[in-house]
Amino acid sequence: MAHAETAAASAETGQRVEYELQLYYWMKLIRAFEERVSRLHRQNKILGGVYSGAGQEAVVTGVCAPLRPGDFVAPLHRDLGVFLVRGVDPGRLMAQLMGKEAGLSRGKDSFLHGGDLEHGVFGSTSMLGSSLPVAAGAALKFQIKKEPQVAVAFFGEGASSRGDVHEAMNFAGVRKLPVVFVCENNRYAYSTPLEKQMAIENVADRAPAYGFKGHVVSGNDLLAVVQLAEKVVRRVRAGGGPELIECKTYRYRGHSEHDAALYRDKEELLEWQSRDPIPRYEFYLEKKGHDVKRIREEIDERTRTVVQQAVEFAEQSPLPAAGEALEDLYAPAPMSPAGDGRA
Amino acid sequence: MEATYLAAINHALHEEMRRDENVFVMGEDVAELGGAFKATDGLLAAFGPDRVIDTPISEALIVGAGVGAAILGMRPVVEMQFGDFISCAFDQIVNTAATLRYRHGGRAACPLVIRAPSGAGVHGALFHSQNPEAWFTRVPGLKVVAPATAYDAKGLLKSAIRDGNPVVYFEHKRLYRSVKEDLPDGEFTVPIGVAQLRQAGRDLSLITYGGALHQSLDAASIVAREDGLSIEVLDLRTLLPLDREAILATARKTGKVLIVHEDRLTGGVGGEVAAIIAEHAFDSLDGPIRRVAALDTHTAFSPPLEEFILPNANKIVAAIRGLAAY
Ligand SMILES: Cc1ncc(C[n+]2csc(CCOP(=O)(O)OP(=O)(O)O)c2C)c(N)n1
Ligand SMILES: [Mg+2]
Repeated sequence: MAHAETAAASAETGQRVEYELQLYYWMKLIRAFEERVSRLHRQNKILGGVYSGAGQEAVVTGVCAPLRPGDFVAPLHRDLGVFLVRGVDPGRLMAQLMGKEAGLSRGKDSFLHGGDLEHGVFGSTSMLGSSLPVAAGAALKFQIKKEPQVAVAFFGEGASSRGDVHEAMNFAGVRKLPVVFVCENNRYAYSTPLEKQMAIENVADRAPAYGFKGHVVSGNDLLAVVQLAEKVVRRVRAGGGPELIECKTYRYRGHSEHDAALYRDKEELLEWQSRDPIPRYEFYLEKKGHDVKRIREEIDERTRTVVQQAVEFAEQSPLPAAGEALEDLYAPAPMSPAGDGRA
Repeated sequence: MEATYLAAINHALHEEMRRDENVFVMGEDVAELGGAFKATDGLLAAFGPDRVIDTPISEALIVGAGVGAAILGMRPVVEMQFGDFISCAFDQIVNTAATLRYRHGGRAACPLVIRAPSGAGVHGALFHSQNPEAWFTRVPGLKVVAPATAYDAKGLLKSAIRDGNPVVYFEHKRLYRSVKEDLPDGEFTVPIGVAQLRQAGRDLSLITYGGALHQSLDAASIVAREDGLSIEVLDLRTLLPLDREAILATARKTGKVLIVHEDRLTGGVGGEVAAIIAEHAFDSLDGPIRRVAALDTHTAFSPPLEEFILPNANKIVAAIRGLAAY
């Protein structure tokens, strides 16, 4: 008996170790994938708007880590990482960015607007904040059907100025919906700094006004994000009502690849880069007794391969045929009772 | 002095702000950055932070606050960063602003300009390519303009700022740097509600506006060269109110009308233009009224889809030939 318990405990520890290394892998994969995306954009292989999340990898990794299949996630415009952590095929994701037939939206829309509901990833529109009411609606479904799932909606501190955000939070509070609101506060909305966007210190301070808890965490500290997210997701899943997590972070690149971000101080960028989430997490792994140098080499090799294969897959994929422009506008009527858009 | 379409907008703002201290500019990233497209560049330095205001991301607020300031005598020029996001301010425009004078029994005015960079052909995909003019051209109380040249961009913006009504000003992103001309040094305006003949012709009329004007002119010169056709090109410039006289005059003159716009076909401005002609110039027509417009779908991202959806000079040429042969 005692022996079995120890075995279970050590299996659990083993799993935890694996999980912690998996988190590291995800952050590294997101960083490598996005670096490649920026390069492909410079080479004109990805057209249209590209919004890098470099610097913010710990937020999406840490928040998505405790999620399960069937949970619903609405990423914001820089959250390419959400797609990767949720298990969307990197090749299809790259094909999406290149407007290929194999992409999530089959060439219909650009960048992250093509969702993948099979992996619980909603394709948000460009209209900032508009996905929060949708996430509330997903949570409403889970509540009505008594399903043990949660909805997660990411939004920028900039988007928090929109009325949709207020409407979603208010309703979620009223109905105690199983939804986690995650604010990625990177201090800028395009060129506009925080102090021109809000007169208070934290977006999370608004949560109590909607009747739920708001938390502030360093979005560059993966461990802190994941520990908080695990607790919050557990409570929300158990029916405790919505909560808000605000992650303080910083984007390294311009608002989009077209933006040189001259409105920012170089010092400020350096200061934040010195708090990069990846070396910070490596420090933790090191203290836990891992051979970080070896792990880093291994993982760099793995991520290089994954990204390279994704690029090759996407580049070899055909573009959609012109006539497809008129497809995918309507679901068949009548639709199947599953509501999956099939006849 | 030569000016691009974009510079013309910028100069109009500078000049109007200098002329009238009640004119002020408000929107996302308009001050420090000078706007996502640089249309408001230099205004902050020239006029200071009380007249060039960066707002939070709040389109309903931007328009609604514009209304509040306008009814008390200010002349706000507010910006939607992309015309696509004007949907987020829809209620404030079509309900608050457009009905304001009517519901105050004619004893109030709302001199507000809403600038909206719109249009496709820049790989903008579903939410950075829209031509939302037709959502507004059926709203009494609003005026809607869509300049196609640098001269009109400047002149119409000045008229819009001086107008006592809410004016939605659609500026086409593709024209910002691709269109330029010599502008007079002195003061000039372009009247709202007046179309402009861009080219006189005998055989067929193209009625168009905005980004599609340039494709229409290209198409007209192709068929002039290759088919010897003489095409009249009418640039509507203002979409609400439409210049009915100019529309009917060109229809009566050539008897064949092709309407061209980048916005979608169904429910587009072209339908209204066609109805005006069918109602009032039917006797003069020598053929059906036809339209070239974006297909009835969303402006897709992938280049083959986008090309298939949007009008271009070749598609206009084909439509001209078909109608000319009718
Ligand atoms: C309703 C709406 N208004 C304006 C924009 C243009 N825009 C795109 S991203 C952005 C800044 C967003 O800032 P934030 O929400 O803080 O997210 P971040 O880009 O910093 O990650 C703006 C103004 C938009 N997409 N939607
Ligand atoms: Mg931000």
